Amino acid sequence: MSEKRNLIDITDLSVAEIGDLIATAEDIAANPAKYENACAHKQLATLFFEPSTRTRLSFESAMLALGGGVLGFSEAASSSTSKGETVGDTVHTVSCYADIIAMRHPKEGAPYAAAQFSEVPIINAGDGGHNHPTQTLTDLLTIHREKGRLDNFTIGFCGDLKFGRTVHSLVNALSRQHGVKFVFISPEELKLPDYLKDNVLKKNGLPYEETSNLEEAMPQLDILYMTRVQKERFFNEADYIRLKDTYVLDTEKLVPAKKDLCILHPLPRVNEIAVAVDQDSRAAYWKQVKNGKYIRMALIMKLLGIRI
Amino acid sequence: MNIDSIQNGVVLDHIQAGKSMDIYKYLRLSELDCSVAIIKNVRSARMGKKDIIKIDSPMEVDLDVLGYIDPDITVNIIRDGVRVEKKHLELPQKLVNIIHCKNPRCITVAEPQLDAIFLLNDPERHTYRCAYCDTEKRRAL
Repeated sequence: MSEKRNLIDITDLSVAEIGDLIATAEDIAANPAKYENACAHKQLATLFFEPSTRTRLSFESAMLALGGGVLGFSEAASSSTSKGETVGDTVHTVSCYADIIAMRHPKEGAPYAAAQFSEVPIINAGDGGHNHPTQTLTDLLTIHREKGRLDNFTIGFCGDLKFGRTVHSLVNALSRQHGVKFVFISPEELKLPDYLKDNVLKKNGLPYEETSNLEEAMPQLDILYMTRVQKERFFNEADYIRLKDTYVLDTEKLVPAKKDLCILHPLPRVNEIAVAVDQDSRAAYWKQVKNGKYIRMALIMKLLGIRI
Repeated sequence: MNIDSIQNGVVLDHIQAGKSMDIYKYLRLSELDCSVAIIKNVRSARMGKKDIIKIDSPMEVDLDVLGYIDPDITVNIIRDGVRVEKKHLELPQKLVNIIHCKNPRCITVAEPQLDAIFLLNDPERHTYRCAYCDTEKRRAL
């Protein structure tokens, strides 16, 4: 039997493996019937210690579309965690019932801890403000479908770059592609963490710039990745209120943007993208949601060692 | 000043001057029953001044701890009054339960029974990162 594979950090997958997952996801989108029994008799457990709409439903929808079953919980209060059970014991227990586990947890590194105790593959479905690798796979699939490539473009990340786990994972993933230039747009308090700048960007000599001005950055962007300022990441509510509406993308701000700009957002949004932008052909964030299901289907199959 | 040679034991040499007490603490040498000599500010051609620790009993020195604290320290193993081995240290790739993460959002802070794992991040800057949450930590000394 092959060694258990987990997806804790996007760098757990090689560039070639990500390319294979994207190719499988494209095939799933084109031929869904071909995969409808791929995971028959397999069980996915979704352990969500923190609320989620898209990610949890996307995982469950993906497993059901593969002919498998799902079990799990959607908040810590309905698990034994509320009785003081550790992540390790919870995962050890669940790995007796399920073939694969998708886990979201408010504490950073919880999925890494879980992987030490689990007998089945662990997928990190978001750990605090740290990483969210399946959102990254979703983002990469969407960029690939919209731009036809994963290299040679300028991408702007806007909003909460400090706690935005989807940003951290996507920066990591794109740092391994050729010709990607990064523009980080954020208020001073929510800048990209130093460890990413030092260990990923500077270490690899990748071009990047930091600014607080979205309007000035807009004309050079091929992709704009908007993020929400996340209330749940702040210890101090006054800081959240002060920063939450720093950037609001509206139709006026898009005037100087490229005609083929691709606008992404991991969702949920609050105020950072005006609803009117939804009608703009450059808005790709609803397509992202659908792509999330296809790429998670491909990922579940890969980690279970199932090929069609 | 004379300190007797040891017959069977360990000599930690080339310790940065003034750091021997920190090493004494990290290696928990206070828990030993044997003689332990801490010699401070010894003249050194290479270092100017250095500290030396002599442990008068054979013991397994945790090279990961020592390498993390100061990779320039040399470990001399003494048997029957003769140095039989000289070990040069390097920064360990992985530290387990030697340092702990201070990030309040890290799972190891919420669940301290987990192994505290740090991975070598940048050998030049002597930095490590928490394997769980990526928080960076510089070398202790």
